[in-house]
Amino acid sequence: MTTAARNLGTGLQASQAARAFSPSELQKIRADFPILQQTVHGKPLVYFDNAATSQKPRAVIDAIVRYYETTNANIHRGVHYLSEHATEQHDAARRAVQKFLNARSANEIVFVRGATEAINLVAQSYGRSHIGSGDEVLITGMEHHSDIVPWQLLCDEKDAKLCVGPIDDNGELLLDEFAGLIGPRTKLVAVTHVSNALGTVNPVRRIIELAHERNIPVLVDGAQAVPHLKVDVQELDADFYVFSGHKIYGPTGIGVLYGKAELLNAMPPYQGGGDMIASVTFEKSTYNKIPYKFEAGTPDIAGAIGLGAALRYVSALGIERIGAHEHDLLEYATEGVSQVRGLRIVGSAKEKAGVLSFTLENVHPHDIGTILDREGIAIRTGHHCSQPVMRRFNIPATARASFALYNTREEVDALVRGIEKVREVFA
Amino acid sequence: MSDLRDLYQEVILEHSKTPRNFHDLAGANHKAEGFNPLCGDQFTVYLHMDGDTVRDISFQGAGCAISKASASMMTQVVKGKSRAEAEKLFERFHRLVTGEEPPKSGEDLGKLAVFSGVSEYPARVKCATLAWHTLQAALEGQAEAVLPDEE
Repeated sequence: MTTAARNLGTGLQASQAARAFSPSELQKIRADFPILQQTVHGKPLVYFDNAATSQKPRAVIDAIVRYYETTNANIHRGVHYLSEHATEQHDAARRAVQKFLNARSANEIVFVRGATEAINLVAQSYGRSHIGSGDEVLITGMEHHSDIVPWQLLCDEKDAKLCVGPIDDNGELLLDEFAGLIGPRTKLVAVTHVSNALGTVNPVRRIIELAHERNIPVLVDGAQAVPHLKVDVQELDADFYVFSGHKIYGPTGIGVLYGKAELLNAMPPYQGGGDMIASVTFEKSTYNKIPYKFEAGTPDIAGAIGLGAALRYVSALGIERIGAHEHDLLEYATEGVSQVRGLRIVGSAKEKAGVLSFTLENVHPHDIGTILDREGIAIRTGHHCSQPVMRRFNIPATARASFALYNTREEVDALVRGIEKVREVFA
Repeated sequence: MSDLRDLYQEVILEHSKTPRNFHDLAGANHKAEGFNPLCGDQFTVYLHMDGDTVRDISFQGAGCAISKASASMMTQVVKGKSRAEAEKLFERFHRLVTGEEPPKSGEDLGKLAVFSGVSEYPARVKCATLAWHTLQAALEGQAEAVLPDEE
């Protein structure tokens, strides 16, 4: 076993206790995903771009179709049959998210377009009212652009400073240095739970403890975490936790901001409009209670219902078993690609989710992506919206295969064969 | 793999491995940087213009095989050409890689014809044209190339 594969051994204890899917279970799961049944360039589709977006099971597609075919109406305030039912289903989706994250109350779940909008909401609402000149926002060196740029916009406006905790050569956060950056001017900490470019699982429980010692709230970007590991916002004691629906088998255009009720209650609205008000006169408006205060305008009702269906699908399979399955694939793939000459894995954290980022000597990731595509294999190539991470490793880009609950070891074999083919073309 | 070979022709692979005129240029009087934010590819094109003529040209930077080979071969074909000739070449090259029209008979793109396979890979058109957009910027005296969205 290679060092990289061995390093994974200690990862994700919760997942280790759970069993990976058996071949027959996996076959049934794959049948739930209509899109996986096709061929691309004459080869069976191998979809390894799950960290960008995941495919949707029949249950999610059906829930959206059923909603539009039988229930479609605007929610809240409608006294007619359809509106009441649409409102009911939208509320049920919110409760599904609450249960999934183990939030205290459904009022702490704000529907947004995605993790990006959730972070912007916190930056614009909480940030603008709590962060002033000379204050600091602390992030890590492995953030996605969506957890960098909203803070830069805020810091530029407020003349505040964005501080960045460094990462090491394995792609792990240097926790002591990070802790050292938490100071008297730190007003907010924002960290990714799982790195999209490296797969690193950050010790967010510990980070939150460190920040809370100084009463600093913490936002956790869970976009890459919720599809792979059990998240309990109360156990983490996260102040804000955000994720996108489409990365966890739900539709695009819907995402979640979890916020502690006392924080959300004290925050000013993010956008103004219908639904977010209690009363409006031309002199003054008063605002609705949470979460509606942050949900101006008609929301993505079908999207929320689709997300609810996705979370039920994932929970029925068991997030721990999904994590165990992906962990097995990651170990198998790490071992497999390690045999390819000239291949370097980028990101070898001890705690790692199902992301395999790599470079191939003398071959640009874009060329890897094009050649694999002709083999029916979808991976992502480029900087993965994490240019600072690429700079940290002194590479322009990586090729990234990311695993989901429906991927198989046979598909990993196809990936390794495909990479060998890349080497042949460039031999 | 035959269709892949249409894209990755031997000449292209060879130029990507050993790019020509791949260095900075001491006597350069024009210089521009081209950046493809989609993939992070980045090239600098150096020009030594003598009046309206490209006396010398070179490039530096990092990118995929297509973009690097394209940059390398571009420097070979435009050296010694007038600005108008270079721009005319880009126009024709652009039509070739976007598949807008097949190369007209009598239109001599010379060795650049090996890039015709790119038209089958729409996602890779920007790779082939990055260096050319950068050259265009340098000719116009701009420091940075702006890549059009529609490619």
